[in-house]
Amino acid sequence: MAERERIQKPSRSDSEPEPAATEHAGSPSGERLKAEMDDLLDEIDEVLEANAEEFVNSYIQKGGQ
Amino acid sequence: MVVPKICGIETEYGITHRGTEESNPITASSLLINAYLSGLQHAPGSPMARVEWDFEDEMPGRDARGVGGGDVGYEPETHLVNAVLTNGSRYYVDHAHPEISGPECADARSAVLWDRASDAIAQRSMRAAATILPEGQELVVYKNNSDGKGNSYGCHENYLMDRATPFGRIVHGATAHFVTRQIFCGAGKVGTEAPGSDRFAVPFQISQRADFFEEEVGLETTLKRPIVNTRDEPHADARLYRRLHVIVGDANLSEVATFLKVGTTALVLALTEQDLFPDDLCLATPVQAIRLVSCDLSLRRPLRLADGTTATALDIQWDLLERCSKYCNNFGTDAVGGDVATDVLDRWESVLTQLEVDPLAPATTVDWVAKYRLLDAYRERNACGWNDTRLQALDLQYHDLRPERCVAHRLGLERIVSDDEVLWAIENPPPDTRAYFRGRCLQQFATHVVAANWDSVVFDLGGETLRRVPMMEPSRGTDHHVARLFEECPTPADLIGRLQQ
Repeated sequence: MAERERIQKPSRSDSEPEPAATEHAGSPSGERLKAEMDDLLDEIDEVLEANAEEFVNSYIQKGGQ
Repeated sequence: MVVPKICGIETEYGITHRGTEESNPITASSLLINAYLSGLQHAPGSPMARVEWDFEDEMPGRDARGVGGGDVGYEPETHLVNAVLTNGSRYYVDHAHPEISGPECADARSAVLWDRASDAIAQRSMRAAATILPEGQELVVYKNNSDGKGNSYGCHENYLMDRATPFGRIVHGATAHFVTRQIFCGAGKVGTEAPGSDRFAVPFQISQRADFFEEEVGLETTLKRPIVNTRDEPHADARLYRRLHVIVGDANLSEVATFLKVGTTALVLALTEQDLFPDDLCLATPVQAIRLVSCDLSLRRPLRLADGTTATALDIQWDLLERCSKYCNNFGTDAVGGDVATDVLDRWESVLTQLEVDPLAPATTVDWVAKYRLLDAYRERNACGWNDTRLQALDLQYHDLRPERCVAHRLGLERIVSDDEVLWAIENPPPDTRAYFRGRCLQQFATHVVAANWDSVVFDLGGETLRRVPMMEPSRGTDHHVARLFEECPTPADLIGRLQQ
């Protein structure tokens, strides 16, 4: 196989100490991604268990390997 | 010597029986599997006879370190449903969970395909069970590793290794990788289940499993779990091989995550076999480190190394990638999956690059990132805390295998294999390992196969004794070796006669 180039680590920007989403509100792609996430959240509300609390409390498994 | 990194994935699924109070997980798991098997037997044109697992070679208590006292108090549950499928996998009840142990695969892409096939079999099983259960009842299968209440169940990987490689060296190499690889193969979890911790002391962490590891090395799998498991049950010629039984990983919904989990581990293990693993990548406190990495979404936390210096999980992964890349340049990729290994290196570099720039960037390939972004957006929109039960519900539902309810299914995760390939892999074995021989025996001669396991198939030819065909070499019995033989043998007696020649 062809010789691989030596792997270069990209330098990390140190402006954000905490993880931050790549999109930023205000930029065109950020707006689009936000709209997509809004649509997804609407959809997720439909999928979410009707009684989340009861579902979570009753989800009990035996320990396995 | 680096031996071919034949690998396989075994998944213990979570299971719930909805619509009744009167069920227990063993009954539910048995019902699920039996529903699937009887569906197969009644399928039109199917000659499928049920073939039972053969327990002849099970010895989960044997320890790779060669020390005595290897009793884990774990005996195989031989009385429960335990079947072999035509795709070479084993489908059974283990520790009150339905488990599918996938067939031996020659590379990471195959491992993804048959992992997907296992999920599809679980989905078919749910549908089959629905036709048997009373109205209003349903079995639901979850591909996760924790119930959020301190109970964990595993998704294990297995890799073929050279018996001559000292086990201590394997431990050294594997530990650094197992502690740090979670940054791209963790499945994410709300809260913590670490003993003695407040449930929401950590809002969200990278791994489902990290909370449950208490030892560096050991034989246990169900309590005091070790990062490196020493079960020495090669299911192959023990003079030549080990099987490294990896219990530390999460079950993945993302195909790319499964691909990277298996592909990078195969490469790192090849590195240790070639004795190229660096001495300076030894973690000072691996058990602490695995939890630190899991709880640090910024991926910036330095981990203490044995030599007194520090490195982040990303630093260690970059180092391993570079060394594995050099290994492939110098020694070729034959033992580590051929061209698939080249793809592993490319995707490995790509995911580390993304994580380096922004830990939340790989949203369509890394499970914990996909899950975190959704839950965080949900939390923001509903102005709720991380302890809100709706977030815990979504966390569980990420892993719900019903296609219409699976949250992961809606997040646009990148695919590696196609639906058509998965459909094919439900019924057919990988062509390039001994799983092919096992699968073909079941496809062609199921009514004469009494039992099968990883390293043998037992036939009843109607004589006084049963005939066992050993398969001690995992890379033999491929389509290349035996496809023609199966075509030329109309009966199992013909097959055994030819094999003896």
